Amino acid sequence: MSFDRTIIGVTIAVVLMACATFFIPDWVRQIGLLSMAIGSVALGLLVLWRTGLISFGHALFYGFSAYGVALLNHLGVRDAFVLVIVSAAASGLLAWGLGFLVRRYRAIFFALLTMAFSMILYGVLAKTERFGSTDGLNIHPPTFLGYAPVDQAAQITLFLFGLLVVYGLMLGVQIYLRSVLGQMTTAVRENEIRVEYLGYSVEHVIHIKYVISGLLAGFGGAIMALAVGQVDPESMAYWTASGEFVFVAILAGTGNVAAPFIGAVAFEIIRHFAWEHGANLWQLIMGGTLLAIIMFVPDGIWSVLQRLVRKKDGVK
Amino acid sequence: MKHRALRLAAVGVAAVLTTFGVAVGNAVAKDKMVIAVPTFLTGGGAPAFGIPARNGTELIIQAINKGQVPAPYNTKGIAGAQVEAIIYDESGGGAKQVTEYRNKVQKLGVDMFAGFVSSGTCAAVTAVAEELKTLTLYSTCGTPRVFEELDKNPKYVFRTMSHATADGVSLAHYVASKYGSANGYTGINQNYAWGQDSWRDFDLAMKVLAPKIKGSTKGQWPKIFAGRYGAEISALLKSPEDLVHTSFWGGDLEAFIFQGLARGLFKKKQFLMSVAGTAAYRLGKKLPTGIVLGSRGPYGIYANQLIDTPMVKWFNNAYVNRYGTQPTQPSYQYAQAILGAKFAYEKAAAANGGKWPSTDQVIAALEGATFQGVATEVRMARSNGHQGVTDHAWGVASFDKELGLPVVSDVMHFKGDCIMPPDGMDSVTWLKGGMKGAKCD
Amino acid sequence: MVQLLFTILTDGLIYGSYLFIVAVGMTVIFGVQRVLNVTHGSFYAFGAYLAAYLGGIWYDHELPDFGGFVIIFLAAIVVGVFFGILIERGLLKHLYGKDEHIVVLATFAAFLALEGVGLFIWGTDPYFFYQPQAMLGFVEILGMTYDYYNLSLIVLALIISLAIWYFLSRTIWGRLLRAVIFDREISQAMGVNVTAVFLGTFILGTTLGALSGAAIAPTISVLPGIGVEVIVLAFAVVVIGGMGSIPGALIGSILVGVVRAAAVHEFPQAEMFVIYAIMAIVLVFRPEGLFAPPAVRKI
Repeated sequence: MSFDRTIIGVTIAVVLMACATFFIPDWVRQIGLLSMAIGSVALGLLVLWRTGLISFGHALFYGFSAYGVALLNHLGVRDAFVLVIVSAAASGLLAWGLGFLVRRYRAIFFALLTMAFSMILYGVLAKTERFGSTDGLNIHPPTFLGYAPVDQAAQITLFLFGLLVVYGLMLGVQIYLRSVLGQMTTAVRENEIRVEYLGYSVEHVIHIKYVISGLLAGFGGAIMALAVGQVDPESMAYWTASGEFVFVAILAGTGNVAAPFIGAVAFEIIRHFAWEHGANLWQLIMGGTLLAIIMFVPDGIWSVLQRLVRKKDGVK
Repeated sequence: MKHRALRLAAVGVAAVLTTFGVAVGNAVAKDKMVIAVPTFLTGGGAPAFGIPARNGTELIIQAINKGQVPAPYNTKGIAGAQVEAIIYDESGGGAKQVTEYRNKVQKLGVDMFAGFVSSGTCAAVTAVAEELKTLTLYSTCGTPRVFEELDKNPKYVFRTMSHATADGVSLAHYVASKYGSANGYTGINQNYAWGQDSWRDFDLAMKVLAPKIKGSTKGQWPKIFAGRYGAEISALLKSPEDLVHTSFWGGDLEAFIFQGLARGLFKKKQFLMSVAGTAAYRLGKKLPTGIVLGSRGPYGIYANQLIDTPMVKWFNNAYVNRYGTQPTQPSYQYAQAILGAKFAYEKAAAANGGKWPSTDQVIAALEGATFQGVATEVRMARSNGHQGVTDHAWGVASFDKELGLPVVSDVMHFKGDCIMPPDGMDSVTWLKGGMKGAKCD
Repeated sequence: MVQLLFTILTDGLIYGSYLFIVAVGMTVIFGVQRVLNVTHGSFYAFGAYLAAYLGGIWYDHELPDFGGFVIIFLAAIVVGVFFGILIERGLLKHLYGKDEHIVVLATFAAFLALEGVGLFIWGTDPYFFYQPQAMLGFVEILGMTYDYYNLSLIVLALIISLAIWYFLSRTIWGRLLRAVIFDREISQAMGVNVTAVFLGTFILGTTLGALSGAAIAPTISVLPGIGVEVIVLAFAVVVIGGMGSIPGALIGSILVGVVRAAAVHEFPQAEMFVIYAIMAIVLVFRPEGLFAPPAVRKI
């Protein structure tokens, strides 16, 4: 049964990563953590994208949740589970509220409306002194159900925690996509009117997707906040951040729930080396890479991996 | 079918791990001293801060390696080690910079950091610097929050110049003694932390030092990098106050000046420009005559024109010869931080019997110490000896046709102890409480 | 009171004209090709850079002052034609018919790459080109000083919108263009050279983008990153005006300009939100924009 295939693959990969984390250098683990955060947002975009919708404003939920973590942390909440779940849920709630508005829109209108909302959040964050205005807020290291690791152990624990969250997200999304509601996705993209004739509410389907997507972006923002220990409006809520998420989604492709994470790792690695080796060149490198992907690998990295595997399988 | 899934997972994981593996290979071997120097190399902060800062850093580090810096820094290298600077881009926001900071420590294994222009970056990396136990000298960033709020008990983080409160306070002193008869002041500041803090400090200091000059509540707050200030200029022209405070810098300042000049703004209002030093030389004869110009201390134009120690003469000559332009405040401030590092390492090495000191020894050497920067003496006299106290200078700008350079006149100097809050007191409390304990004479 | 209203209106008109000039190129391209062109920011930046660069040489040689105005238009045409052909033929041609989001992202990628190229060509030092603004002088109206250069932006905005209106509704090319906008396939079947129309429109759009940069250059400091700032502004105008509608963009720009000016004069703290708030309100109540061209829903 093909349903199991993805879940088995993902499980094996997660277990391997969990073992590997004890042996990799700190900076590699950090790239892994950032990839989990960005990948979660891209996973949220994937859920929407399968309906033919792209949000240019997912930094709204990402930033909202990241600031949620920071503010809760300043109120004295230290537990990673509480911080991440509460903040992500708050993002989901925000998505639910805004969903009543955005679910009416399609295509570029949808994309731009979401962007407008994210820019309003940016304005509010940059303006509010209680939130540190443009300087942002920093976050004290979290505890994990009472366990308070320090130094390297802190990062390793956070990495394992992140893996756990991400694993849960992937399973959840996979199960959702397999459900009737989830499969409605492609139908909505292909022909909305027929979906309506089948007796389903297109707006309802989109609304649910939007909430899931906002929730996923919220998880991403929360992980990012913990991984970096700092939130600020420019990194968290400016439109360029939303642009990066779409970048990752395109880089990854929509083929599989694991794709966004592979895309995120690739993105973080490109960025890492672009930044390190060409201070003046990083924009050129990022732009060039993205262009090359769009032109030559339009279905993303996942399709390349798939082709590699198929070639070997081809004989059977 | 299951095999395919397995293989897919394996290919993915292998791809990731291979890339990591390749990457691990090129970490730098540590046979000399490596200083990471962050500054703006792209974006709007590059011309005003990043490039002069980079130039100042390159200049001082080459000179240190060759032993060309005047006394007391005329030995080769830092405690005998040749210095390599990794100058990298500070743009992209605090979160991105934390990641870069980690990379420089964990991957490249740098010995220390010196630099940082933006208050936002400093606020962001302070915690990670302490976490990674890496010596970090902030050269330029202004926010007093670093040691007052974020890191009250610093160990690895130092700042080698006065923080931004000193700018507002010294400017208020200057205004109180030179423009005592003014009817009031308003402001135009960029709507982000630097602009908000600059206005707050100046405003609070004015309430203490010149309570008769009333502040406006309708100051202008354009977005940073907005570039267009037509409506703001109208509002300023209409405002009843004589004085206008601005902490604009770089491109925004230049654009504002061009647009203001075209409408006669600077003839109608007395401007107080707290960071105009960053644009003075580039603007040249377009720099409005008669503005009060700041360089965040006795750096840039104040050092170039008024200080004639061998150190400043050497620095200025070497800089002009090499880059064809006058050094500005970030050039001086970055060089100052690097000299602070040289001072601390060498003092620690001397105490360590000439051997390479540990980070803890370097910290002990720098805490509470006094060292000579390029243009001014730096006393590490606040926040447990981690916050520098430096002097300040203010004057009025004009363009000298014979020199072909902007110059300052009517200059007043302010001692660090007069314009910085006393040790253990945070800026806003100090300002609101009437600035008690300031030593001005 | 009269003076305040007059000032708000004038400031608003000037800022609105600036917005319109900055956004009209993006509007034209979106209207015809349905491409939300992020590279617009690069055209703005390159137009500004080329004008400031040539202007710098011109004024260094102390050549006649009016030359600056010639340079503005010259720079716009050179940059517009070059990048128009480069981006349309080199990039967009391959993407027509693909998901419109992919196309936006491709232009985002090209924008990033061009930012890098710009740093390479021009370096990080700012370029100044203040002479055209400085030479025109200023005038006092109702006790408020305005400079002629910024007032002339109102005239430029009017000329651009009139020219486009005339072109679209009074020339044969304009009619062909409208046919292509209405239905690309039928037009093609009727013998319209759609490829040429697309290329022509794109060059017009890039030239307008470059012209906006060149025309604004005398009022600003031309330095890295100026392109990023105008993208969001242009986006907002395109959305508010109605996705490709020229009159919509004009009226939307002026609306934003006037509201913003009122905020600056009366509630300076709110300045930052004005444009996004208007954008969100318009999207919520009139998602197709203030003046969206009628669209046929195809099943």
